[in-house]
Amino acid sequence: MSLQSCQGWWRGGRTGKRTATVLAALLLAAGCSNGNSNSGGSSSNTPGVTDNSILIGSHQPLTGPAAAGYSEIAPATKAYFDYVNANGGIHGRKITYKYLDDGYNPANTQQVVRQLVLQDKVFAILNGLGTPTHTGVLDFLKTNRVPDLFVASGSRTWNQPDKYPGTFGFNPDYTVEGKILAAYVKQTYAGKKVCFLGQDDDFGRDSLAGVEKVLGPVAAKQTYVVTNPNVGPQMGAFKAAACDVVILASIPGFTALSIGTAAKIGFKPQFVVSNVGSDPRTLTKTLGAAAPLLEGVVAAGYLPLDTDESNPWIQLYKKVNTQYNGNAAFDNNVVYGMSVGYLFVQALQAAGKDLTRDKLTAAVQKGGFTGPGLVPTRFSAQDHSGYAGEQITKLVGGKATWVGTPYTTDDADGAVTAYTGAAATPPQNGIPTAQ
Amino acid sequence: MTIVEPVTTKTKNQQKSLRIAKLVPLLVVTAGAIIVVVLTYTLPPFRNYQLATIGAYLCVTAGLTVLTGLNGQLSLGHGALMATGAYTLAIWQNKFDLLLPGIVLAVLVTTVAGAVIGLAAARLRGPYLAGLTLAVAVVVPSITSTFDRTFNSDQGLSVALEPPPGTIPVEQWQAWICWAGALLTVLVLAYLVGGRFGRDLRAVRDDETAAKLAGVGVARTQIMAFVVSAACAGLSGALFAVLSQSVSPGAFPLSLSLFLVMAIVIGGLGRLTGALIGAVLLVVLPSAAQSIAEKAGSQHLEGNLALTFFGVVLVLVMLAAPGGLASWKARRKLPTQKG
Repeated sequence: MSLQSCQGWWRGGRTGKRTATVLAALLLAAGCSNGNSNSGGSSSNTPGVTDNSILIGSHQPLTGPAAAGYSEIAPATKAYFDYVNANGGIHGRKITYKYLDDGYNPANTQQVVRQLVLQDKVFAILNGLGTPTHTGVLDFLKTNRVPDLFVASGSRTWNQPDKYPGTFGFNPDYTVEGKILAAYVKQTYAGKKVCFLGQDDDFGRDSLAGVEKVLGPVAAKQTYVVTNPNVGPQMGAFKAAACDVVILASIPGFTALSIGTAAKIGFKPQFVVSNVGSDPRTLTKTLGAAAPLLEGVVAAGYLPLDTDESNPWIQLYKKVNTQYNGNAAFDNNVVYGMSVGYLFVQALQAAGKDLTRDKLTAAVQKGGFTGPGLVPTRFSAQDHSGYAGEQITKLVGGKATWVGTPYTTDDADGAVTAYTGAAATPPQNGIPTAQ
Repeated sequence: MTIVEPVTTKTKNQQKSLRIAKLVPLLVVTAGAIIVVVLTYTLPPFRNYQLATIGAYLCVTAGLTVLTGLNGQLSLGHGALMATGAYTLAIWQNKFDLLLPGIVLAVLVTTVAGAVIGLAAARLRGPYLAGLTLAVAVVVPSITSTFDRTFNSDQGLSVALEPPPGTIPVEQWQAWICWAGALLTVLVLAYLVGGRFGRDLRAVRDDETAAKLAGVGVARTQIMAFVVSAACAGLSGALFAVLSQSVSPGAFPLSLSLFLVMAIVIGGLGRLTGALIGAVLLVVLPSAAQSIAEKAGSQHLEGNLALTFFGVVLVLVMLAAPGGLASWKARRKLPTQKG
């Protein structure tokens, strides 16, 4: 080896020149891209809005650990927007929905959301999916004053109007859900020993807080992490504690895993499952031959069920799904995605023709939207969480069926009360008008 | 092996050129700093963010290329060292909210972690060393979920940050912080490997027995290499925590460690230019893959295409320029690499 190559790390004219070349190339590339991104600017003062278009963005787990099921949501939302666009759009503007894959990795979320906001100059972020992923971009969206609507998660983090004035949730928050599930358990399985298994993050913790507000301390509680697909020890502990009822705050894969693992060790409690982990189609598919174990599982919901053919919302969504979503497999994820689209169009209508970011958040904050949900949304100046409650479901013959009436409550110590308002029906053409 | 420097009395000319050579790193870093500052004023915000990310990556690739390229130790665990730095900064920031001491602390903590791993690594060779560092990379999620009260499991921690002073845009501020770290790293590394330490590194890489006979402490050199490289990774991790304002195990997966190794190999092992090219590729390739997938109309492709892309680029570069992109034209000058 020559002396010069020893110093190749730094010295020697060639490497110096090469460093300069790389830097120059970088400069050039950056300069070129600068020119490109400027040409996409709109004439209006509001980013992402022109006289005939609105550009909105989202981050979604199209690949990675959360892709199963959840990757169907954004295409469904887009399909609903395409349907609206084909019918003339909103105030003459067509909606473009650009959703990018973050693989459920918070680091990627940072990247794609910055791309959407800074490069593509979206008007708003809609339905960004995931608690750990979206938590990381809250401050960024706040700094850039980007409306952050209808986050796809039930974390209570979204409901901080003072800290994050532009952020609004969509799902009922997990504490509300925990209280409603616990109220059902208290009433139906009085005197039984109740145990709790939750995901080891805000999802599990918020849910447990709700459960314990109603039931008091549970007999045994365990957690799981998504990266370790084994709940043997947890189910073993529940069996040893002789639990009669097990409440699960889990995503679909871990709901199936828990039910299967319990059956394997001869432990047959009554399972009560959070809405986000209870889609019957996903569970049936995951459990395969063991799907009969799902019989009698209790869960909850707040949107129409995919199997309810007589529901006018399902009829509308099925029509849109056939025409604009390539006839994708119709399940609760599609229902969810289209309901998000419907709510966003309602917000746009309420914001009026002269669209600005402030007007959009003000319109959402004003609330009063009636749509596919069984219960109303809670949006107000003091409350940025999404749907106000849920109704219990029971799995019978592989299908979810409603039990009783919907319930609403708050995430503090308020009572769980039955909701008696009538369900809304969709407008004739399936597109909301200004209310 | 001609690592021995000429001991004959130097002529005046040689002394002069040596003195100039000693100034070169400082000059290049100053030039780099000027270019970066000019860039941050001309680039749109998103490009500034990408520029900042390149700076953060450059810290770790520069350190890794010293370890792997100059000392011949393969590490598949640098992602975990980055996580150490990032979590240290996150915990510090959420308690005290003082950025600079936090970054220094992150580097120190990671240095200690690197010393521990380095102690074990100095006893291992080849695949066993790779295995050990691989285990370090894999263990991160388990640690965060075992001590979930501190690390908050898969969800991770958010990082409290003061807004930039005055009216400086956030992205520009981030680019300055990241490139200050990167250029400092480059400067320190340049002086380190330009001196006796650098010769020791190469001597140990090329022939351990010969190095020992020449009086070079083999184990000590290997541990030191690991420590230096770990400090760089810790700085990089802290900068990533600043960039994303959040840390979680998902941000430091095993694939990150593999990408880092791939990047320095594609860029050119053991060269600063290689580390720079690698850092640029780490930002550019995924974003290129994404826009291609977007144009192809398959969004499910996006997450996976970057991996394929890196693989293909690696194969092509190794076929065309076995020394990496940095050696493209200087190939004739490249020495044959041993062991």
